Amino acid sequence: MSIFEYNGSALVAMVGKNCFAIASDRRLGVQLQTIATDFRRIYKMHDRLFIGLSGLATDAQTLYQRLVFRHKLYQLREERDMKPETFASLVSAILYEKRFGPYFCQPVIAGLGDEDKPFICTMDSIGAKELAKDFVVAGTASESLYGACEAMFKPDMEPEELFETVSQALLASVDRDCLSGWGGHVYVVTPTEVKERILKGRMD
Amino acid sequence: MSSPAFEIPPKGGFSFDLCRRNEMIAKKGVNPPSFRKTGTTIVGLIFQDGVILGADTRATEGPIVCDKNCEKIHYMAPNIYCCGAGTAADTEAVTDMVSSQLQLHRYHTGRESRVVTALTLLKRHLFNYQGYVQAALVLGGVDCTGPHLHTIYPHGSTDTLPFATMGSGSLAAMAVFESKYREGLTRDEGVQLVSEAICSGVFNDLGSGSNVDVCVITKGHKEYLRNHLLPNPRTYVSSKGFSFPKKTEVLLTKITPLKEKVVVIEGGDAMEE
Repeated sequence: MSIFEYNGSALVAMVGKNCFAIASDRRLGVQLQTIATDFRRIYKMHDRLFIGLSGLATDAQTLYQRLVFRHKLYQLREERDMKPETFASLVSAILYEKRFGPYFCQPVIAGLGDEDKPFICTMDSIGAKELAKDFVVAGTASESLYGACEAMFKPDMEPEELFETVSQALLASVDRDCLSGWGGHVYVVTPTEVKERILKGRMD
Repeated sequence: MSSPAFEIPPKGGFSFDLCRRNEMIAKKGVNPPSFRKTGTTIVGLIFQDGVILGADTRATEGPIVCDKNCEKIHYMAPNIYCCGAGTAADTEAVTDMVSSQLQLHRYHTGRESRVVTALTLLKRHLFNYQGYVQAALVLGGVDCTGPHLHTIYPHGSTDTLPFATMGSGSLAAMAVFESKYREGLTRDEGVQLVSEAICSGVFNDLGSGSNVDVCVITKGHKEYLRNHLLPNPRTYVSSKGFSFPKKTEVLLTKITPLKEKVVVIEGGDAMEE
């Protein structure tokens, strides 16, 4: 059994027209036993930058606390929020520093950069960045998510259509994975608002 | 001596403080994760005016393709580029680090970087970590002493060659080079040969795929042809797409409007007293 299958997770981020969506499942388990059905995997760094952390839940929480610390230091020094590209480099550096004893965590970063251009990125557990123009996935359900997103994705989707596509892809994929599911948590971010929605999914 | 209550951002280099915990987890029968590799076919050759580097664009995580169009030709200096195979995080980190060191060296000496400088910095770093930093590189560039092409293995050994291939697709690409390479190729012949070698890796090696990237470096000039060839287009996309008439059931919606950023207009009058 792999360390990533200890807690189970599913994360996906998709790009739309001047907006992006980031979604996760809500299960927290200890191997095959479910211990929470409202676990939060996606965290907000600032209004226009979100990070989802899949993998071992304890490492995800520790890593999130370190990133909040570094981001707040940055905000104090630079008196502005971090750009998504800069933040991705920061996460990559923090993960690579632990190259020979890594955090068992795969982050998915999504944000709105300059001129409201959406930015998404994922990394493996030692910080190898993958910048994609369409979608990125992470977690135990990643293989199903790759397939579902590859089929359902269309470029330049409006926020409502993007929400539908991400939700359907997420729910379809977690239905085929025992270790993730129990609903979904979707954030759709446009330049003017952040819409957070909780989805009803199969509770098994 | 008490340890600080907060963590000071570290000065750089690797940190090994999670190793003991990870070893304990591994002993309990839980396997460590696989890292993203770049499967890969990377090649380089020397032609009459300089160096041509080529790479495929597939990144794999185990048997799954996680990136269909990644960049494997990394910038080192305006006249030096490096292709990387092996663990993706290692190739990216090592090439970024040496690229920064070369920039500092350029500021210090006021001269254009030499390929052997990059070579020595890379091989010293890789040998230092005894092969644990799994980066296999093809380094090429043109400096004041002429065009150079080198290969660097993860343990730190290097070779200087007129044509070179690395990665899982290296045998497929080398077969093409061995049969068709000759000295004094022109630019177009060189790009054609490099593309053919990478395509041979793309179609015959499972770890390589997608598109072909080419980089041509000559004295004082470089051309990065990103996605020079796209031999694997997506032709099966349905024009109808997916539509979901029955909407997803939503339990809770929370809308947070984002504050409009305040625009500061430079007003000269207020300050001029």
